[in-house]
Order: sequence, then C-alpha cells, then structure tokens
Amino acid sequence: MEKLIVAGFGGQGVLSLGQMIAYAAMYEDKAVTWLPSYGPEMRGGTANCSVIVDDVSVASPIIANPDCLIAMNKPSLDKFVDKVKKGGLILVNSSLISDKVARDDVTIIYIDANEIAHKIGNDKASNLVVLGVYIKASGLFEKDVMLSTIAKVFAAKPKFIPSNQAAFLAGYEM
Amino acid sequence: MAEKKLMKGNEAIAEAAVRAGCRFYAGYPITPQNEIPEYMSWRLAEVGGHFVQSESEVAAINMVFGSAGAGGRAMTSSSSPGISLKQEGISYICGAEIPCVIINMVRSGPGLGGIQPAQCDYFQATKGGGHGDYRMLVYAPSSVQECVDLMYTSFDKAEKYRLPVMILGDGMLGQIMEAVSLPPMRDLNTIPKKKWATTGEGFGDTRRIINSLYIVPDELEAMNIKLQNIYDSMAVNETLVEEYLVDDADIILTAYGTVGRIAKSAVDILREQGVKAGLIRPITVYPFPTASFQKAASGKAKEFLAIELSMGQYIEDVKLSVEGKKPVRFFGRSGGNIMSPEDIVAFVTKENK
Repeated sequence: MEKLIVAGFGGQGVLSLGQMIAYAAMYEDKAVTWLPSYGPEMRGGTANCSVIVDDVSVASPIIANPDCLIAMNKPSLDKFVDKVKKGGLILVNSSLISDKVARDDVTIIYIDANEIAHKIGNDKASNLVVLGVYIKASGLFEKDVMLSTIAKVFAAKPKFIPSNQAAFLAGYEM
Repeated sequence: MAEKKLMKGNEAIAEAAVRAGCRFYAGYPITPQNEIPEYMSWRLAEVGGHFVQSESEVAAINMVFGSAGAGGRAMTSSSSPGISLKQEGISYICGAEIPCVIINMVRSGPGLGGIQPAQCDYFQATKGGGHGDYRMLVYAPSSVQECVDLMYTSFDKAEKYRLPVMILGDGMLGQIMEAVSLPPMRDLNTIPKKKWATTGEGFGDTRRIINSLYIVPDELEAMNIKLQNIYDSMAVNETLVEEYLVDDADIILTAYGTVGRIAKSAVDILREQGVKAGLIRPITVYPFPTASFQKAASGKAKEFLAIELSMGQYIEDVKLSVEGKKPVRFFGRSGGNIMSPEDIVAFVTKENK
C-alpha cells in the first residue's frame, strides 16, 4: 500500500498530480482512492489531496501518516512535514521553499520544479516534473505506464501530451 | 465487465441515476454536492431528459413531486441546510405515496454550519425529518462503486414501495474519486407502468388523484397503518449490512457510510495488534440492520463502539438494537473534522487499558 499526500497552492496542479497517479493505478488494475480537500482553503491557502494505491481494495481514504509527502509550497510543508512516516519520502519544491527539512529519518529530495518546467518551455507543468521525480523515487509504476497515462488523460487535448510527457521525463531523469 | 472509469462520488451518482432511467432533475446549488446538478445539466439533455436549476430548494422538491406524480423517474439532490428546506415537500411526497430519489451529501451543522463532511443529519434522514408519521428507504453507501450500485436500484425500490429513497452520503463521498464499473443504460420500456400516476394518457378505470389530505381520522389512521405495513415489509426485504470479522470479535466497531470504511481500516490495525475487533456497517440506515446487532450482542462480543461524525445520533439506533445486553460506547468527531483509523485505534486501546 502506498499513501501519498500532495499539497500546495490552488493552481499549482496538486490535485491533478494526484489524479494522474489515480488514473495510472486504475489502468494498472490497482485499487485507488483520491480524496481532495475542498472549500475556502483552496483560495490562497493550501489545497491538498490524499491518494492511496493498493493491490486489492482501499478501506479508509483518510491518511494519518503518509509514506510520501509532495510539498509544492511552504505552508504545505509546514502542515504535513511531521506526519510523514519514519523512513518515508518528502519531495520539496525548492523553487518556492528555501528552507531545508529538519528531519533525518526520512528521504528528502529537493526539486527546482518551476525552473525545470521553465527550461523545457512549459511553466505550468512543474507538477508533472515533480510527478516524474516521485515515480522514479517510489517505483510505484513503470515509466511507460505514466507516459501512456498522460497520453490517455490528455486524449481530448492531444496538443498537450508531448509537453506534459516531456515535463514528466525531465523529473524522472533528474 | 465494463471498462472502469475514475469518477467522483457525485458524478458517479448522477451517471448511475441517468442509467437507471432518471429523466428529470431539479435542484438548487449547495456545496459539497454541486457536481450532481452540474453533471445533470448536460447529461440529461443528451438522453432527452429535463434539468431545472430551480429558484429554491422548496421549488425543486415540489417539481420532483409533480414530475414523479406524472409517472417519471425524478430526483433532487442537496446538502444539509438545503435538505431541511425540502422537508415539507418530502412529507407531502410520503403522504401522497410518490416514488422518487433524494440525495443528501451531508455537511456540518447546525444552521448554515460548514461545508466539510459530517453525518449530523442521521436523525433527519432516518426518523422522518419533516412532519408526520413517515419513513424513507435510506441508503448509506461507503464507496463510489456502492453509490453507483445503490443509486441504480433506487428507483426500482422507490416504485416498489411507493416512497422516496434517500441516499445519505457526506462531503467526502461526494468528492472522493475511485474507479467504478457502470451498469448498462436502462431501457425505459422495461420500467413498469404506474397505475396511480397522473399521466394524462386518456381515461383510466378510475380517476387518478394525487393528494395527501385525509380529513377523516379513521381514513388517515388506515393510511398510517398501511404506510407502517410497507415500512415493516421493507425491513424484511431491503435491509442491507456489511459484517466484517464479527464472529470471534471481542469489540464490535460500528459505523455507516464513509466512516464505516475508516472503521474497517481500524479493525485491521487492531487485529494486527492482537485486539479482536470486528465491524458492523449498516448499508441501509432505515430500515436498520437490528438483527446483526442482536446476534452479536448475544454472542461473544464484550462491547460495542459507535463511531460517527456527529455528537451521538447513530449510537441511539445501536443501543436500541443491542437492548442493553452489552455496553455501547461512543467515539465521534464533528464540525467537519474526520477521524483517521489511527484515531479510532488510539481510542480503543486507551480505553481498554
């Protein structure tokens, strides 16, 4: 079972990052729940989603202690940093978070996600960059599964497929 | 098997309703169920149905009254404060014996309350809600697939017993996304004709009048007894419950809806820690699965723990069913806060020390 919390500002694509994992899980015949925060906190504060992937079924969609936290901004890191399981994984968007994480019992990866996304010419795809890093670090799905998932999710808007796959690969190969 | 789709609970309910033959929806916006009217606004047009964003919740439920009274498959949806506004209409619909479906994606209260998930409408849903002696068939799904499956049969049940079916969810269930298999589109020609409906299709054997006014006490009492007989037969035929690891359990956790699945994870954690826990999760909260509780109360179970997102509503039906044979304790959160499985485990292990 993999328990993941993705958090950031509304507009950073944290909900769609989580959804991309949920779609991949469904295409791979895994059980998955994707539970978003909703409400006033989405305007200006932190938006987040909890994603759980398991082989058979998922009972509770509520995560007390995630295996992984993806923090796209500082308030999100502050809110969830202490909840991550010992031995877990924290991905930090260092484009917006200058602090270092004060924990030595988890794996921490700093990603200059906004800069990487800018370099490949898709400023909006910093979330896909981080997705790439996450998939590589967690080994949750094969690279090709994610590439085909991105293609399926964007099937109605095919012009966005190459740039999002490129952003994912930029993170995956970081 | 149909291809799976990743859907929010709200969207899945709307699609399942359309596939079950729903061709009329009226509603007024309120968080956290807005995806239902949003979905219906374009989806019903595709299948020749009708969508109305009404001027109020009161108007919406009365439009459903009219549409269902004319024999159609009609529904409305709302969240707690909006359901309160509909209660007069719901009572009239029950008095007139009109089948329809009502969705309540519960938010925290009382008053305008908050928009986060809660289960504080339990009394309102299961004990009547509006004025007069009536009940509804109330489903409490805990997953998006269960939303689809229960929604798909809701109109058939509503028409069988001639009453509203309520689907009692919460904000979490409306917003969560899970993979679902969708049932086939119902052929409208397979839906039985309603001999009582005011269809306007020429003259029937008798005049068809839809009314809930009974001025003569004996006639109204006969009506009340008739309704109660319907509810009693519903209790025999329609009660649904999930039991999980109950037989050898020392402590029975019990919860409905989304909290039921949170409690299920708590059972697994407790078992890993050597605590023999089990779960009773009502899928219908009216009729209530009393027999499951009576069996467990007469068996090995030493105690029960009622878990709910309210301040002690669900626990009343648990206590009524356990009949004092074993202690029933309470663990609840409210205001839009949600317990995690670990919170439940901590409560159980702390109390047992």
